[in-house]
Amino acid sequence: MEKVLLRNIDVSDSHTLEVYRARGGYRAWEKVVQSMKPDQLIDEVKASGLRGRGGAGFPTGMKWSFVPKDNPKPKYMVCNADESEPGTFKDRLLIEKDPHATIEGTLIAAYGIQSHTAFIYVRGEMAFAAGVLERAVEEAKQAGFIGENVFGSGYDLDVIVHRGAGAYICGEETALLSSLEGGRGWPKVKPPFPATHGLFGCPTVVNNVETLAALPWIIERGAPAYAAMGTEKSKGTKLFSVSGHIAKPGVYEVEMGYPFKKFLEEDCGGVPNGRRLKGVIPGGASMPVLRPEEIEKVTLDYESVQAAGSLLGSGGVIVMDDSTCMVRAAWNISRFYAHESCGQCSPCREGCHWMEKIFWRIEQGQGDNSDMDLILNVAGNIMGNTICPFGDAAAMPAGAFIRKFRDEFEAHVAERKCTVRDA
Amino acid sequence: MSVEFSPDALKKFAETVSRYPKKEAAMLPVLNLAQQEFGYLGPEAIEYIAKLMGQSPARVHGVVSFYTMYNMKPIGRHHIQVCRTLPCALGGAEHVTEFIKQKLGIEVGQTTTDGRFTLSEVECLASCGTAPMMQVDDDYYENLDEEKVTQILESLK
Repeated sequence: MEKVLLRNIDVSDSHTLEVYRARGGYRAWEKVVQSMKPDQLIDEVKASGLRGRGGAGFPTGMKWSFVPKDNPKPKYMVCNADESEPGTFKDRLLIEKDPHATIEGTLIAAYGIQSHTAFIYVRGEMAFAAGVLERAVEEAKQAGFIGENVFGSGYDLDVIVHRGAGAYICGEETALLSSLEGGRGWPKVKPPFPATHGLFGCPTVVNNVETLAALPWIIERGAPAYAAMGTEKSKGTKLFSVSGHIAKPGVYEVEMGYPFKKFLEEDCGGVPNGRRLKGVIPGGASMPVLRPEEIEKVTLDYESVQAAGSLLGSGGVIVMDDSTCMVRAAWNISRFYAHESCGQCSPCREGCHWMEKIFWRIEQGQGDNSDMDLILNVAGNIMGNTICPFGDAAAMPAGAFIRKFRDEFEAHVAERKCTVRDA
Repeated sequence: MSVEFSPDALKKFAETVSRYPKKEAAMLPVLNLAQQEFGYLGPEAIEYIAKLMGQSPARVHGVVSFYTMYNMKPIGRHHIQVCRTLPCALGGAEHVTEFIKQKLGIEVGQTTTDGRFTLSEVECLASCGTAPMMQVDDDYYENLDEEKVTQILESLK
Protein backbone atom coordinates (compact mmCIF):
# COMPACT_ATOMS: atom_id res chain seq x y z
CA MET A 1 0.00 0.00 0.00
CA GLU A 2 1.20 3.48 -0.82
CA LYS A 3 1.35 5.76 2.18
CA VAL A 4 -0.77 8.89 2.02
CA LEU A 5 -0.38 10.28 5.53
CA LEU A 6 2.96 8.90 6.71
CA ARG A 7 4.70 9.36 3.37
CA ASN A 8 7.12 11.97 4.67
CA ILE A 9 7.68 11.18 8.30
CA ASP A 10 10.73 8.93 7.98
CA VAL A 11 12.65 11.42 5.86
CA SER A 12 15.21 13.40 7.83
CA ASP A 13 14.20 17.01 8.49
CA SER A 14 10.70 16.18 7.24
CA HIS A 15 9.37 19.08 9.30
CA THR A 16 11.16 21.71 7.20
CA LEU A 17 9.72 23.54 4.23
CA GLU A 18 12.76 22.67 2.15
CA VAL A 19 12.26 18.93 2.52
CA TYR A 20 8.49 19.17 2.18
CA ARG A 21 8.81 21.13 -1.06
CA ALA A 22 11.46 18.80 -2.43
CA ARG A 23 8.92 16.02 -1.99
CA GLY A 24 6.24 17.89 -3.92
CA GLY A 25 4.82 19.96 -1.09
CA TYR A 26 2.54 22.94 -1.75
CA ARG A 27 2.03 21.93 -5.40
CA ALA A 28 -1.52 20.87 -4.51
CA TRP A 29 -2.12 24.25 -2.88
CA GLU A 30 -0.78 26.02 -5.96
CA LYS A 31 -3.00 23.92 -8.21
CA VAL A 32 -6.08 24.64 -6.09
CA VAL A 33 -5.53 28.39 -5.97
CA GLN A 34 -4.46 28.73 -9.59
CA SER A 35 -6.87 26.46 -11.36
CA MET A 36 -9.79 25.29 -9.25
CA LYS A 37 -13.07 26.92 -8.36
CA PRO A 38 -14.22 26.30 -4.77
CA ASP A 39 -17.15 24.19 -6.01
CA GLN A 40 -14.82 22.08 -8.12
CA LEU A 41 -12.60 21.52 -5.11
CA ILE A 42 -15.57 20.50 -2.93
CA ASP A 43 -16.73 18.08 -5.64
CA GLU A 44 -13.24 16.59 -5.83
CA VAL A 45 -13.13 16.03 -2.06
CA LYS A 46 -16.64 14.55 -2.15
CA ALA A 47 -15.57 12.21 -4.95
CA SER A 48 -12.55 11.05 -2.94
CA GLY A 49 -14.90 9.70 -0.27
CA LEU A 50 -12.75 11.25 2.48
CA ARG A 51 -14.51 11.13 5.86
CA GLY A 52 -13.63 13.05 9.03
CA ARG A 53 -10.85 11.35 10.96
CA GLY A 54 -11.54 13.02 14.29
CA GLY A 55 -13.91 10.25 15.27
CA ALA A 56 -17.31 10.88 13.71
CA GLY A 57 -16.47 9.87 10.13
CA PHE A 58 -18.65 12.53 8.53
CA PRO A 59 -17.99 13.07 4.78
CA THR A 60 -15.57 16.00 4.53
CA GLY A 61 -16.70 17.45 1.19
CA MET A 62 -20.30 17.42 2.36
CA LYS A 63 -19.36 19.23 5.57
CA TRP A 64 -17.78 22.01 3.51
CA SER A 65 -20.79 22.23 1.20
CA PHE A 66 -23.03 23.21 4.15
CA VAL A 67 -21.25 26.57 4.40
CA PRO A 68 -23.60 29.13 2.82
CA LYS A 69 -22.08 31.03 -0.09
CA ASP A 70 -24.28 34.10 0.22
CA ASN A 71 -23.61 34.75 3.93
CA PRO A 72 -21.96 38.19 4.19
CA LYS A 73 -20.15 37.34 7.43
CA PRO A 74 -16.52 36.23 7.46
CA LYS A 75 -15.97 32.49 7.19
CA TYR A 76 -13.54 30.59 9.37
CA MET A 77 -11.57 27.41 8.82
CA VAL A 78 -10.36 25.61 11.93
CA CYS A 79 -7.92 22.73 12.08
CA ASN A 80 -8.64 20.63 15.16
CA ALA A 81 -5.25 19.66 16.57
CA ASP A 82 -6.57 19.21 20.10
CA GLU A 83 -5.83 15.50 20.12
CA SER A 84 -6.91 14.20 23.54
CA GLU A 85 -8.83 10.97 23.04
CA PRO A 86 -7.10 8.40 25.30
CA GLY A 87 -5.14 5.94 23.17
CA THR A 88 -4.72 8.37 20.27
CA PHE A 89 -1.40 9.94 19.30
CA LYS A 90 -1.46 10.11 15.50
CA ASP A 91 -2.09 13.84 15.09
CA ARG A 92 0.83 14.70 17.35
CA LEU A 93 3.07 12.56 15.13
CA LEU A 94 1.77 14.23 11.95
CA ILE A 95 2.28 17.70 13.39
CA GLU A 96 5.73 17.07 14.79
CA LYS A 97 7.08 15.24 11.74
CA ASP A 98 5.14 16.67 8.82
CA PRO A 99 3.59 19.99 9.89
CA HIS A 100 3.45 21.37 6.37
CA ALA A 101 1.06 18.62 5.23
CA THR A 102 -1.43 19.71 7.88
CA ILE A 103 -0.88 23.36 7.02
CA GLU A 104 -1.29 22.75 3.28
CA GLY A 105 -4.47 20.78 3.97
CA THR A 106 -5.77 23.62 6.12
CA LEU A 107 -5.10 26.11 3.31
CA ILE A 108 -6.89 23.91 0.78
CA ALA A 109 -9.90 23.47 3.06
CA ALA A 110 -10.01 27.22 3.74
CA TYR A 111 -10.13 27.88 0.02
CA GLY A 112 -12.92 25.33 -0.37
CA ILE A 113 -15.16 27.33 1.92
CA GLN A 114 -13.64 30.69 0.87
CA SER A 115 -12.32 31.52 4.29
CA HIS A 116 -9.62 34.14 4.70
CA THR A 117 -8.74 33.32 8.29
CA ALA A 118 -7.78 29.84 9.42
CA PHE A 119 -6.94 28.68 12.92
CA ILE A 120 -4.96 25.67 13.99
CA TYR A 121 -6.12 24.88 17.52
CA VAL A 122 -3.29 22.91 19.12
CA ARG A 123 -3.67 21.09 22.38
CA GLY A 124 -2.11 23.23 25.12
CA GLU A 125 0.07 20.49 26.57
CA MET A 126 1.76 19.90 23.22
CA ALA A 127 4.29 22.69 23.54
CA PHE A 128 6.79 21.05 21.22
CA ALA A 129 4.23 20.35 18.49
CA ALA A 130 2.92 23.91 18.73
CA GLY A 131 6.45 25.24 18.29
CA VAL A 132 6.99 23.07 15.22
CA LEU A 133 3.72 24.32 13.73
CA GLU A 134 4.45 27.96 14.49
CA ARG A 135 7.83 27.73 12.78
CA ALA A 136 6.30 25.91 9.81
CA VAL A 137 3.55 28.51 9.40
CA GLU A 138 6.21 31.22 9.52
CA GLU A 139 8.20 29.42 6.79
CA ALA A 140 5.10 29.10 4.64
CA LYS A 141 4.35 32.81 5.13
CA GLN A 142 7.88 33.77 4.12
CA ALA A 143 7.55 31.61 1.01
CA GLY A 144 4.30 33.33 0.06
CA PHE A 145 2.01 30.33 0.50
CA ILE A 146 0.16 32.10 3.29
CA GLY A 147 -0.69 35.80 3.26
CA GLU A 148 -2.02 38.29 0.77
CA ASN A 149 -2.46 37.47 -2.89
CA VAL A 150 -1.08 33.92 -2.73
CA PHE A 151 0.47 32.79 -6.04
CA GLY A 152 -0.71 36.10 -7.51
CA SER A 153 -4.27 34.82 -7.42
CA GLY A 154 -5.78 37.68 -5.46
CA TYR A 155 -6.72 35.24 -2.70
CA ASP A 156 -5.75 36.28 0.84
CA LEU A 157 -5.40 33.87 3.71
CA ASP A 158 -4.02 34.20 7.22
CA VAL A 159 -3.24 31.26 9.51
CA ILE A 160 -3.16 31.58 13.29
CA VAL A 161 -1.72 28.86 15.51
CA HIS A 162 -3.76 28.90 18.70
CA ARG A 163 -2.85 26.94 21.83
CA GLY A 164 -5.44 25.44 24.15
CA ALA A 165 -4.94 25.21 27.89
CA GLY A 166 -5.85 21.69 28.92
CA ALA A 167 -9.40 20.38 28.51
CA TYR A 168 -10.38 17.15 26.73
CA ILE A 169 -13.78 18.54 25.81
CA CYS A 170 -12.21 21.14 23.52
CA GLY A 171 -11.70 18.38 20.97
CA GLU A 172 -15.48 18.48 20.44
CA GLU A 173 -15.95 21.00 17.67
CA THR A 174 -18.43 23.38 19.30
CA ALA A 175 -16.47 23.30 22.57
CA LEU A 176 -13.35 24.10 20.59
CA LEU A 177 -15.10 27.12 19.11
CA SER A 178 -16.25 28.30 22.57
CA SER A 179 -12.65 28.00 23.67
CA LEU A 180 -11.41 29.85 20.61
CA GLU A 181 -13.87 32.63 21.43
CA GLY A 182 -11.96 33.02 24.69
CA GLY A 183 -14.33 31.30 27.06
CA ARG A 184 -14.71 28.00 28.85
CA GLY A 185 -14.74 25.06 26.47
CA TRP A 186 -18.46 24.53 26.64
CA PRO A 187 -20.15 22.66 23.80
CA LYS A 188 -23.05 24.41 22.12
CA VAL A 189 -26.46 23.06 21.22
CA LYS A 190 -26.72 21.82 17.63
CA PRO A 191 -28.46 22.86 15.44
CA PRO A 192 -27.49 25.44 14.41
CA PHE A 193 -24.32 23.74 13.18
CA PRO A 194 -20.95 25.49 12.90
CA ALA A 195 -21.27 25.51 9.11
CA THR A 196 -23.83 28.30 9.50
CA HIS A 197 -23.27 29.52 13.09
CA GLY A 198 -19.73 28.73 14.19
CA LEU A 199 -16.94 30.94 15.48
CA PHE A 200 -18.46 34.28 16.60
CA GLY A 201 -21.69 33.18 14.93
CA CYS A 202 -19.99 33.05 11.53
CA PRO A 203 -19.90 30.10 9.10
CA THR A 204 -17.11 27.78 10.24
CA VAL A 205 -15.71 24.39 9.35
CA VAL A 206 -13.71 22.34 11.85
CA ASN A 207 -11.67 19.43 10.48
CA ASN A 208 -9.25 17.06 12.20
CA VAL A 209 -5.49 17.12 11.49
CA GLU A 210 -5.53 13.68 9.84
CA THR A 211 -8.43 14.67 7.57
CA LEU A 212 -6.63 17.81 6.43
CA ALA A 213 -3.27 16.09 6.01
CA ALA A 214 -4.83 13.76 3.42
CA LEU A 215 -5.95 16.65 1.19
CA PRO A 216 -2.66 17.50 -0.56
CA TRP A 217 -2.31 13.88 -1.71
CA ILE A 218 -5.94 13.77 -2.90
CA ILE A 219 -5.52 16.96 -4.94
CA GLU A 220 -2.18 15.88 -6.37
CA ARG A 221 -3.20 12.35 -7.30
CA GLY A 222 -6.90 12.90 -7.90
CA ALA A 223 -10.01 11.75 -6.09
CA PRO A 224 -10.25 8.42 -7.99
CA ALA A 225 -6.79 7.34 -6.78
CA TYR A 226 -7.87 7.92 -3.17
CA ALA A 227 -11.29 6.34 -3.65
CA ALA A 228 -9.62 3.29 -5.20
CA MET A 229 -8.26 2.46 -1.75
CA GLY A 230 -10.37 1.13 1.09
CA THR A 231 -13.87 -0.29 1.10
CA GLU A 232 -17.07 0.78 -0.59
CA LYS A 233 -18.06 3.22 2.16
CA SER A 234 -14.74 3.76 3.96
CA LYS A 235 -12.31 5.12 1.40
CA GLY A 236 -8.61 5.67 1.55
CA THR A 237 -6.20 5.01 4.39
CA LYS A 238 -6.45 5.60 8.12
CA LEU A 239 -3.97 6.03 10.93
CA PHE A 240 -4.17 3.74 13.94
CA SER A 241 -2.43 4.54 17.22
CA VAL A 242 -1.70 1.26 18.96
CA SER A 243 -0.92 1.13 22.68
CA GLY A 244 -1.22 -1.09 25.73
CA HIS A 245 -0.12 -4.72 25.81
CA ILE A 246 1.26 -4.97 22.30
CA ALA A 247 4.72 -5.92 21.02
CA LYS A 248 5.15 -2.97 18.66
CA PRO A 249 3.16 0.05 19.81
CA GLY A 250 3.07 3.05 17.50
CA VAL A 251 1.23 4.79 14.70
CA TYR A 252 0.34 2.70 11.65
CA GLU A 253 -1.22 3.70 8.35
CA VAL A 254 -3.41 1.00 6.85
CA GLU A 255 -5.82 0.81 3.99
CA MET A 256 -9.42 0.87 5.21
CA GLY A 257 -10.80 -2.64 5.30
CA TYR A 258 -7.60 -4.27 6.59
CA PRO A 259 -8.29 -7.31 8.80
CA PHE A 260 -8.14 -6.27 12.48
CA LYS A 261 -6.80 -9.56 13.83
CA LYS A 262 -4.06 -9.76 11.22
CA PHE A 263 -3.19 -6.13 11.97
CA LEU A 264 -2.74 -6.80 15.68
CA GLU A 265 -0.94 -10.11 15.30
CA GLU A 266 1.28 -9.46 12.30
CA ASP A 267 1.75 -5.73 11.83
CA CYS A 268 1.84 -4.90 15.55
CA GLY A 269 3.56 -8.12 16.65
CA GLY A 270 0.71 -9.41 18.82
CA VAL A 271 0.39 -9.55 22.60
CA PRO A 272 3.88 -10.00 24.11
CA ASN A 273 5.28 -12.00 27.04
CA GLY A 274 3.32 -15.16 26.25
CA ARG A 275 0.11 -13.48 27.34
CA ARG A 276 -3.25 -13.76 25.62
CA LEU A 277 -5.53 -11.02 24.36
CA LYS A 278 -8.36 -10.27 26.78
CA GLY A 279 -9.96 -7.19 25.25
CA VAL A 280 -9.27 -4.42 22.76
CA ILE A 281 -10.72 -0.94 22.37
CA PRO A 282 -10.63 -0.12 18.64
CA GLY A 283 -11.32 3.61 18.48
CA GLY A 284 -10.12 5.47 21.56
CA ALA A 285 -11.36 5.20 25.15
CA SER A 286 -14.84 6.46 24.23
CA MET A 287 -15.64 3.37 22.22
CA PRO A 288 -16.95 0.02 23.48
CA VAL A 289 -14.34 -2.64 24.26
CA LEU A 290 -14.38 -5.83 22.16
CA ARG A 291 -13.62 -9.38 23.28
CA PRO A 292 -11.10 -11.46 21.28
CA GLU A 293 -13.83 -13.56 19.67
CA GLU A 294 -15.61 -10.40 18.52
CA ILE A 295 -12.72 -9.20 16.36
CA GLU A 296 -12.23 -12.46 14.46
CA LYS A 297 -13.86 -11.20 11.29
CA VAL A 298 -13.66 -7.45 11.83
CA THR A 299 -11.95 -5.27 9.26
CA LEU A 300 -10.62 -1.82 10.02
CA ASP A 301 -13.30 0.41 8.51
CA TYR A 302 -16.25 2.34 9.90
CA GLU A 303 -18.92 -0.20 8.92
CA SER A 304 -17.22 -3.41 10.04
CA VAL A 305 -16.21 -2.11 13.49
CA GLN A 306 -19.72 -0.76 13.99
CA ALA A 307 -21.26 -4.08 13.00
CA ALA A 308 -19.09 -5.72 15.68
CA GLY A 309 -20.67 -3.45 18.29
CA SER A 310 -18.04 -0.75 18.65
CA LEU A 311 -16.90 2.25 16.60
CA LEU A 312 -13.76 3.11 14.66
CA GLY A 313 -13.62 6.52 16.33
CA SER A 314 -10.17 8.07 16.33
CA GLY A 315 -8.43 4.77 15.58
CA GLY A 316 -6.90 4.65 19.05
CA VAL A 317 -6.38 0.92 19.59
CA ILE A 318 -5.84 0.00 23.25
CA VAL A 319 -4.81 -3.62 23.76
CA MET A 320 -5.34 -5.43 27.06
CA ASP A 321 -3.85 -8.84 27.86
CA ASP A 322 -5.16 -11.44 30.31
CA SER A 323 -3.31 -9.88 33.26
CA THR A 324 -5.62 -6.84 33.00
CA CYS A 325 -8.34 -6.30 35.59
CA MET A 326 -11.32 -5.17 33.53
CA VAL A 327 -12.98 -3.59 36.56
CA ARG A 328 -9.93 -1.43 37.10
CA ALA A 329 -9.72 -0.61 33.39
CA ALA A 330 -13.38 0.46 33.42
CA TRP A 331 -12.77 2.51 36.57
CA ASN A 332 -9.74 4.17 34.98
CA ILE A 333 -11.78 5.24 31.96
CA SER A 334 -14.74 6.37 34.08
CA ARG A 335 -12.38 8.48 36.19
CA PHE A 336 -11.18 10.13 32.98
CA TYR A 337 -14.73 11.15 32.04
CA ALA A 338 -15.55 12.27 35.58
CA HIS A 339 -12.47 14.49 35.45
CA GLU A 340 -13.17 15.87 31.99
CA SER A 341 -16.95 16.46 32.04
CA CYS A 342 -17.46 20.16 31.31
CA GLY A 343 -20.34 20.29 33.79
CA GLN A 344 -23.02 21.79 31.60
CA CYS A 345 -25.48 18.87 31.43
CA SER A 346 -26.62 17.25 34.68
CA PRO A 347 -26.75 13.62 33.45
CA CYS A 348 -23.08 13.77 32.46
CA ARG A 349 -21.81 15.99 35.29
CA GLU A 350 -23.45 13.84 37.99
CA GLY A 351 -23.50 10.47 36.21
CA CYS A 352 -19.80 10.31 35.38
CA HIS A 353 -18.85 10.77 39.03
CA TRP A 354 -21.37 8.15 40.14
CA MET A 355 -20.01 5.64 37.66
CA GLU A 356 -16.45 6.29 38.82
CA LYS A 357 -17.42 5.81 42.47
CA ILE A 358 -19.30 2.58 41.82
CA PHE A 359 -16.57 1.08 39.63
CA TRP A 360 -14.07 1.94 42.36
CA ARG A 361 -16.00 0.28 45.16
CA ILE A 362 -16.41 -2.89 43.08
CA GLU A 363 -12.67 -2.89 42.38
CA GLN A 364 -11.97 -2.43 46.10
CA GLY A 365 -14.10 -5.48 46.94
CA GLN A 366 -16.87 -3.36 48.43
CA GLY A 367 -19.37 -3.69 45.63
CA ASP A 368 -22.89 -5.01 45.76
CA ASN A 369 -24.62 -7.42 43.39
CA SER A 370 -26.89 -4.64 42.19
CA ASP A 371 -23.97 -2.30 41.35
CA MET A 372 -23.50 -3.55 37.80
CA ASP A 373 -27.11 -2.84 36.93
CA LEU A 374 -26.85 0.47 38.73
CA ILE A 375 -23.99 1.52 36.45
CA LEU A 376 -25.91 0.34 33.40
CA ASN A 377 -28.83 2.41 34.62
CA VAL A 378 -26.72 5.54 35.12
CA ALA A 379 -25.03 5.03 31.73
CA GLY A 380 -28.42 4.58 30.10
CA ASN A 381 -29.63 7.85 31.58
CA ILE A 382 -26.59 9.74 30.27
CA MET A 383 -26.77 8.22 26.79
CA GLY A 384 -28.46 10.60 24.37
CA ASN A 385 -29.35 13.09 27.11
CA THR A 386 -26.51 15.57 26.76
CA ILE A 387 -25.91 18.36 24.27
CA CYS A 388 -22.63 16.93 23.00
CA PRO A 389 -21.31 13.41 22.32
CA PHE A 390 -19.20 13.43 25.51
CA GLY A 391 -22.06 11.85 27.48
CA ASP A 392 -22.28 8.96 25.05
CA ALA A 393 -18.50 8.67 25.10
CA ALA A 394 -18.61 8.17 28.87
CA ALA A 395 -21.63 5.87 28.86
CA MET A 396 -20.66 3.54 26.00
CA PRO A 397 -17.40 2.12 27.40
CA ALA A 398 -18.85 1.83 30.92
CA GLY A 399 -21.75 -0.27 29.68
CA ALA A 400 -19.57 -2.36 27.38
CA PHE A 401 -17.09 -3.32 30.12
CA ILE A 402 -19.92 -4.57 32.31
CA ARG A 403 -21.83 -6.40 29.59
CA LYS A 404 -18.76 -8.10 28.17
CA PHE A 405 -16.88 -8.94 31.36
CA ARG A 406 -19.79 -9.29 33.78
CA ASP A 407 -18.41 -12.50 35.30
CA GLU A 408 -15.30 -10.61 36.39
CA PHE A 409 -17.37 -7.88 38.04
CA GLU A 410 -19.50 -10.49 39.80
CA ALA A 411 -16.38 -12.30 41.02
CA HIS A 412 -15.09 -9.02 42.53
CA VAL A 413 -18.36 -8.65 44.42
CA ALA A 414 -18.60 -12.30 45.50
CA GLU A 415 -14.99 -12.59 46.71
CA ARG A 416 -14.88 -9.05 48.06
CA LYS A 417 -11.51 -8.31 46.42
CA CYS A 418 -9.87 -7.75 43.07
CA THR A 419 -9.88 -11.25 41.64
CA VAL A 420 -7.34 -10.45 38.93
CA ARG A 421 -4.61 -8.51 40.71
CA ASP A 422 -4.99 -10.34 44.03
CA ALA A 423 -5.70 -13.73 42.50
CA MET B 1 4.92 39.77 43.11
CA SER B 2 3.90 42.84 41.22
CA VAL B 3 0.86 41.95 39.21
CA GLU B 4 1.51 43.99 36.13
CA PHE B 5 3.03 43.08 32.80
CA SER B 6 6.59 44.15 32.14
CA PRO B 7 7.02 46.47 29.12
CA ASP B 8 8.12 43.42 27.09
CA ALA B 9 5.07 41.43 28.11
CA LEU B 10 2.82 44.39 27.32
CA LYS B 11 4.29 44.45 23.84
CA LYS B 12 3.64 40.72 23.46
CA PHE B 13 0.12 41.26 24.77
CA ALA B 14 -0.60 43.92 22.13
CA GLU B 15 0.88 41.73 19.39
CA THR B 16 -1.20 38.75 20.48
CA VAL B 17 -4.45 40.67 20.60
CA SER B 18 -3.79 42.22 17.17
CA ARG B 19 -3.63 38.79 15.52
CA TYR B 20 -7.21 37.88 16.40
CA PRO B 21 -10.41 39.02 14.71
CA LYS B 22 -11.87 39.83 18.14
CA LYS B 23 -10.07 40.79 21.31
CA GLU B 24 -11.81 38.18 23.49
CA ALA B 25 -10.46 35.39 21.26
CA ALA B 26 -6.99 36.22 22.57
CA MET B 27 -8.01 35.25 26.11
CA LEU B 28 -6.17 31.91 26.25
CA PRO B 29 -2.88 33.14 24.75
CA VAL B 30 -3.05 36.18 27.05
CA LEU B 31 -3.59 33.94 30.08
CA ASN B 32 -0.68 31.76 28.92
CA LEU B 33 1.47 34.87 28.78
CA ALA B 34 0.25 35.96 32.22
CA GLN B 35 1.10 32.58 33.72
CA GLN B 36 4.58 32.80 32.21
CA GLU B 37 5.04 36.26 33.67
CA PHE B 38 3.49 35.74 37.11
CA GLY B 39 4.11 32.02 37.64
CA TYR B 40 0.48 31.40 38.53
CA LEU B 41 -2.91 33.02 38.11
CA GLY B 42 -4.10 34.17 41.52
CA PRO B 43 -6.92 36.65 42.23
CA GLU B 44 -4.69 39.70 41.55
CA ALA B 45 -3.53 38.34 38.21
CA ILE B 46 -7.10 37.53 37.26
CA GLU B 47 -8.22 41.08 38.08
CA TYR B 48 -5.35 42.55 36.12
CA ILE B 49 -6.07 40.41 33.03
CA ALA B 50 -9.79 41.18 33.32
CA LYS B 51 -8.98 44.88 33.17
CA LEU B 52 -6.62 44.45 30.21
CA MET B 53 -9.17 42.34 28.31
CA GLY B 54 -12.15 44.52 29.19
CA GLN B 55 -14.01 41.70 30.89
CA SER B 56 -15.26 40.99 34.39
CA PRO B 57 -12.93 39.21 36.84
CA ALA B 58 -15.69 36.63 37.32
CA ARG B 59 -15.62 35.69 33.67
CA VAL B 60 -11.83 35.45 33.61
CA HIS B 61 -11.93 33.36 36.80
CA GLY B 62 -14.42 31.07 35.06
CA VAL B 63 -12.01 30.55 32.19
CA VAL B 64 -8.93 30.10 34.37
CA SER B 65 -10.62 27.55 36.62
CA PHE B 66 -11.92 25.55 33.63
CA TYR B 67 -8.55 24.62 32.11
CA THR B 68 -6.12 22.27 33.82
CA MET B 69 -2.99 24.08 32.65
CA TYR B 70 -3.73 27.24 34.59
CA ASN B 71 -2.32 27.14 38.09
CA MET B 72 -4.38 29.17 40.50
CA LYS B 73 -1.82 28.68 43.27
CA PRO B 74 1.98 28.88 43.21
CA ILE B 75 3.73 25.68 42.11
CA GLY B 76 7.29 24.40 42.27
CA ARG B 77 10.00 25.29 39.78
CA HIS B 78 9.31 22.06 37.91
CA HIS B 79 5.86 20.68 37.42
CA ILE B 80 5.88 16.88 37.14
CA GLN B 81 2.72 15.58 35.50
CA VAL B 82 2.41 11.82 35.32
CA CYS B 83 -0.17 10.51 32.85
CA ARG B 84 -2.61 8.19 34.62
CA THR B 85 -5.03 7.27 31.82
CA LEU B 86 -5.61 3.68 30.66
CA PRO B 87 -2.76 3.09 28.15
CA CYS B 88 -0.21 4.52 30.61
CA ALA B 89 -1.88 2.66 33.49
CA LEU B 90 -1.49 -0.60 31.55
CA GLY B 91 2.18 0.29 31.15
CA GLY B 92 2.78 0.87 34.86
CA ALA B 93 1.94 4.54 35.47
CA GLU B 94 0.80 3.88 39.04
CA HIS B 95 4.21 2.53 39.86
CA VAL B 96 5.88 5.60 38.35
CA THR B 97 3.76 7.89 40.52
CA GLU B 98 4.44 5.82 43.66
CA PHE B 99 8.17 5.89 42.92
CA ILE B 100 8.21 9.68 42.50
CA LYS B 101 6.13 10.16 45.66
CA GLN B 102 8.64 8.12 47.66
CA LYS B 103 11.62 9.75 46.07
CA LEU B 104 10.40 13.28 46.71
CA GLY B 105 8.54 12.58 49.95
CA ILE B 106 5.35 14.27 48.74
CA GLU B 107 1.84 13.26 47.77
CA VAL B 108 0.18 14.01 44.45
CA GLY B 109 -0.81 17.69 44.46
CA GLN B 110 2.01 18.72 46.80
CA THR B 111 5.22 20.68 46.35
CA THR B 112 8.60 19.76 47.85
CA THR B 113 9.65 21.97 50.75
CA ASP B 114 12.57 23.38 48.72
CA GLY B 115 10.09 24.51 46.05
CA ARG B 116 11.79 22.44 43.39
CA PHE B 117 9.01 20.05 42.34
CA THR B 118 5.23 19.92 42.24
CA LEU B 119 3.74 16.50 41.51
CA SER B 120 0.46 16.08 39.63
CA GLU B 121 -1.38 13.27 37.93
CA VAL B 122 -2.93 14.22 34.60
CA GLU B 123 -5.10 12.62 31.95
CA CYS B 124 -3.95 11.29 28.57
CA LEU B 125 -1.19 13.36 26.94
CA ALA B 126 -1.34 11.68 23.51
CA SER B 127 1.84 9.71 24.02
CA CYS B 128 0.30 6.27 24.62
CA GLY B 129 2.68 4.32 22.39
CA THR B 130 5.57 5.19 24.68
CA ALA B 131 3.86 4.53 28.01
CA PRO B 132 4.36 5.14 30.84
CA MET B 133 5.13 8.79 30.35
CA MET B 134 5.12 12.13 32.09
CA GLN B 135 5.38 15.76 31.21
CA VAL B 136 7.75 17.96 33.18
CA ASP B 137 7.17 21.64 32.42
CA ASP B 138 6.95 21.69 28.59
CA ASP B 139 8.80 18.46 27.89
CA TYR B 140 7.58 14.89 27.43
CA TYR B 141 9.54 12.00 28.97
CA GLU B 142 8.56 8.60 27.66
CA ASN B 143 9.07 4.85 28.26
CA LEU B 144 9.76 5.55 31.93
CA ASP B 145 11.31 3.21 34.46
CA GLU B 146 12.84 3.87 37.88
CA GLU B 147 16.30 4.50 36.51
CA LYS B 148 15.06 6.95 33.91
CA VAL B 149 12.88 8.82 36.38
CA THR B 150 15.81 9.10 38.79
CA GLN B 151 18.02 10.58 36.06
CA ILE B 152 15.35 13.02 34.96
CA LEU B 153 14.69 14.28 38.48
CA GLU B 154 18.40 14.72 39.12
CA SER B 155 18.84 16.73 35.94
CA LEU B 156 16.16 19.24 36.94
CA LYS B 157 17.60 21.76 39.36
